[in-house]
Amino acid sequence: MSSVTAPSEGAALIQTAEPPPGAAPAIALSGAHVDFEDQPLFDGLALDLPAGRTTCLLGPSGVGKTSLLRLIAGLLEPLPGFRLVASDDRPLAGRIAYMAQTDLLLPWLNVLDNATLGARLRGERAALANARRRAVALLSDVGLVDRLAARPDTLSGGMRQRVALVRTLIEERPVVMMDEPFGALDAITRLQLQDLAARLLAGRTVLLVTHDPLEAARLGHRIHVMAGKPATVDAPLEPSGVPPRDATAPGTLATQAELLRRLADAAAVDARS
Amino acid sequence: MTGRRLVRPVLIAAGLLALWEAAVWLNSIPHYILPPPSLVVLEFIDRGDLLAEHALWTTIEIALGLVAGVSLGSAVALLMARFAALRAWGVPLVVVSQAVPVFAIAPLLVLWLGYGIASKIAMAVLVIFFPVASAFLDGLRRVDPGWLDLARLMGASPAAVLFQIRLPAALPAFASGVRVAAAVAPIGAVIGEWVGASAGLGYLMMQQLARGQTALAFAALVVLAAIGVALYFLVDALLRRAMPWIPQQS
Repeated sequence: MSSVTAPSEGAALIQTAEPPPGAAPAIALSGAHVDFEDQPLFDGLALDLPAGRTTCLLGPSGVGKTSLLRLIAGLLEPLPGFRLVASDDRPLAGRIAYMAQTDLLLPWLNVLDNATLGARLRGERAALANARRRAVALLSDVGLVDRLAARPDTLSGGMRQRVALVRTLIEERPVVMMDEPFGALDAITRLQLQDLAARLLAGRTVLLVTHDPLEAARLGHRIHVMAGKPATVDAPLEPSGVPPRDATAPGTLATQAELLRRLADAAAVDARS
Repeated sequence: MTGRRLVRPVLIAAGLLALWEAAVWLNSIPHYILPPPSLVVLEFIDRGDLLAEHALWTTIEIALGLVAGVSLGSAVALLMARFAALRAWGVPLVVVSQAVPVFAIAPLLVLWLGYGIASKIAMAVLVIFFPVASAFLDGLRRVDPGWLDLARLMGASPAAVLFQIRLPAALPAFASGVRVAAAVAPIGAVIGEWVGASAGLGYLMMQQLARGQTALAFAALVVLAAIGVALYFLVDALLRRAMPWIPQQS
């Protein structure tokens, strides 16, 4: 059930927390090229993100995962030859939400105002009232209902990242780019947030960049290892079971082991070259 | 705790004043060269109303200069942060404006704006404008790039980014600029009074020094210093209150 109240700027407002089924497009990119200090990080790289699924991109630091994510998000200026198409043939601009490793909460805004930052920045009054209602519901869902008026500096790292997750969801974008969003959290908090993210982001087309094989094994419908210089992505691993997978289940641990093996192989190839 | 921490500076000050007093009497230094502290204190008692009258005038000049200078500096910084072309042309101009010594323009300002309060405020604005504009512009431009990425993907307009992200993020830098401005504001006003005025502590000092009333000039100096310190702490307290999210150094 959804009702569109603000057709402008591609930011359709939907009453439910979940995006309507089928709204999230598949994304295909090819010819991606990014240079770092005159060396290509990757050149002619291609990647498919299936619709409404979470694709994990796993790889060592500095391999270019973040650059690829920024390229897709439109935060990096693409070079000629780069093609980025959505399966519904509509432009992606205005349909992508972004979550970074740091929570990027504004220290002068309280939890509720941070969660509704998008509507505030766009100056949409009606949308802001709506966003606040939904934010209160979502913040209750993630256990922060009694911290709505708290400033970010009074929250723990896990709480802050939960606010960032809510802020990402409030944007109601069908595509979500996540750049090591839980990298700075302790192990247990990380597992809790992975559960929350998997539940709340279900149905969206998600690219999750991570260097944690267990995170990929838990959350990815599809998992690529990105490695090499210039970097390439390997054939994806598609573990069975619905995310979030149990961190201690044999299947999850087997996936994690396979990912570790692929990462180690890639590192060995790198060391020889 | 606070009481104990105050003991040492108070003892040092009292010791220095006693030394000063003793030096003047023992060496028979003429009081128009160096008045003993006791005579300066007497001036406060005898001429308190005169000092208060001129102090009020100087305080008004400093306050108006501070408000005008901070406003002008902030406006320039915001415009330069928003428009790159303005920044390219404006920054050299601002720097050159600071290369001209305030002392050198003071007589011109008095010539153009008269002996009244306008030339003193203009002088204060000249010394206040630069620290505020440069610190604020610096803060507006040095913002976590992640916030800008986020705002961009949220579809924020450049004005929204400036006023809702860059501006609050730059407030600590702005505060540093304003603190410096509060410290130098009295300089601007007093230079203006020295060059040509009919009231104010700077004017009073010049007048009394010419008459050999050095003790009264010293008293004016003490009041001026007190105004400067009070202004600094007032501004500091206001700024801290405006930014509760900034961690306070103890």
